[in-house]
Amino acid sequence: MIGTNPRRAAASVAAALLLAGCGNTASPAQTSPSDAVTGGITVLAAASLTDAFQAIATDFERAHPGTEVTFSFGSSATLATQINQGAPADVFAAANEPTMRTVTDAGAAQHPQIFVTNTLEIAVPRSNPGNITGLADFADPAKKIAVCAPQVPCGAAAQRVFAHAGVTARPDTLESDVKALLQKVQLDEVDAALVYHTDVVAAGDAVEGITFAAARTAVNRYPIATLTGAPNPGGAAAFVDHVLSPLGQARLDKAGFARP
Amino acid sequence: MPTPIPWLLALPALAGLSFLVLPLLGLLIRAPWSNAWQVITDDEALLALRLSLITATVAMVLAVLLGVPLAWLLARSDLPAMGWLRAVITVPLVLPPVVGGVALFTVLGRSGLLGWPLYQLTGFAFPFTPYAVVLAQTFVALPFLILSVEGALRAADRRYEDAAATLGARPLTIFSRVTLPLIGPGVAAGAVLAWARALGEFGATITFAGNFPGTTRTMPLQVYLALETDPSAALMLSVLLLAVSVLVLVLLRDRWVNRW
Repeated sequence: MIGTNPRRAAASVAAALLLAGCGNTASPAQTSPSDAVTGGITVLAAASLTDAFQAIATDFERAHPGTEVTFSFGSSATLATQINQGAPADVFAAANEPTMRTVTDAGAAQHPQIFVTNTLEIAVPRSNPGNITGLADFADPAKKIAVCAPQVPCGAAAQRVFAHAGVTARPDTLESDVKALLQKVQLDEVDAALVYHTDVVAAGDAVEGITFAAARTAVNRYPIATLTGAPNPGGAAAFVDHVLSPLGQARLDKAGFARP
Repeated sequence: MPTPIPWLLALPALAGLSFLVLPLLGLLIRAPWSNAWQVITDDEALLALRLSLITATVAMVLAVLLGVPLAWLLARSDLPAMGWLRAVITVPLVLPPVVGGVALFTVLGRSGLLGWPLYQLTGFAFPFTPYAVVLAQTFVALPFLILSVEGALRAADRRYEDAAATLGARPLTIFSRVTLPLIGPGVAAGAVLAWARALGEFGATITFAGNFPGTTRTMPLQVYLALETDPSAALMLSVLLLAVSVLVLVLLRDRWVNRW
């Protein structure tokens, strides 16, 4: 299971910060190419990356004065459509590989790299009003159950784990994104929803997570790539490097993502 | 004799018309007509269309039943707080519908102010039922009806009501026998606006009612979901929704114009 120990994550952030600091003072020659990185960088990223990427952008802007990272967070499929329609952006980070493939197939991005993975987890309201214990409860028609629609990535993943666990889910609603699921859990309107581990981490105290074995069968791999039409290709490459760096990975660890 | 049209009016009128019509034209041109039949005879699409037509019509009736008396109160009574009341009534117009959906949860959700006692007593909760769809649609459509009817009431000649009163008619008789026939076209226009707004309702519905085929997935939700996987089918579904609504409006308009 992808349990994140907050203390371990904090320690790795500190270690990475230390390393980054050492790098800057010890070898000034190495920083000179990055000093050329400047200007605005537009990053389109899957909504689940919101918190981690904002922290990463703060680190990045500190490491590269004169840069300004602007985000557009949303459904990966919507962002991919915007990119293929010519949206001016530098970097794309998607929540799954098929979505990235629609962009690379259109020639709008090249050489995507997998930078994190994410697994499904059961989210219940803090008091667990439905007494949910595991995936089998999703078959109980008496419980209010929310999952993603099969047409969107989180729904496709949900179908895979249900099939693997032999559970015939009886959902009351098929939402079009994870945030909509999580909102209904936070408002105590559903007994359980199938979301990502990172969503449970981001929701804090309002939501409790329950892990289950079948989650292993549907791991989402997140690719990141610079866009071929990037107005700021230097900045785009530097941002992708930063996400893949130990410091970037530490921020992603803290948000609950796992290493690929 | 036809009124001559001054070009100072004709030019902006033409610009306004193009602004409204060209995007619709774009939709029609881009829609994949080759598989139109397949898209619009799809079981899920027809289910969504049926649900949309039923819920929007019920929402319109509710809006008329609740909105006409409220509009009368706004136009005819001279209570001191009327300015505030009018401002409160227009709030759903400026409120992002998704926020409207959350607001409905806080009152009518299973842990809402009124929803909680209802759920405890009967085990019934509005969210994820067609009733929730109607409530969400009524919430956003009601202000359109109220503003339209209030305008008609203010424009109506009050001397007819005064005459009826001097002849001894009681206030309720005056309202039903004199006022209502006078403002008929205003009520009709308001009802059409409310119906159209209910038919297109998306944000409050997807938040408060959820999204399940046959129970809460209305046509706009179906279109939104189709955008994730098959954008061209989404265009075709939008065209279907447009065609049905225009057809209904034209048929009704002919009736009403003949009657009033």
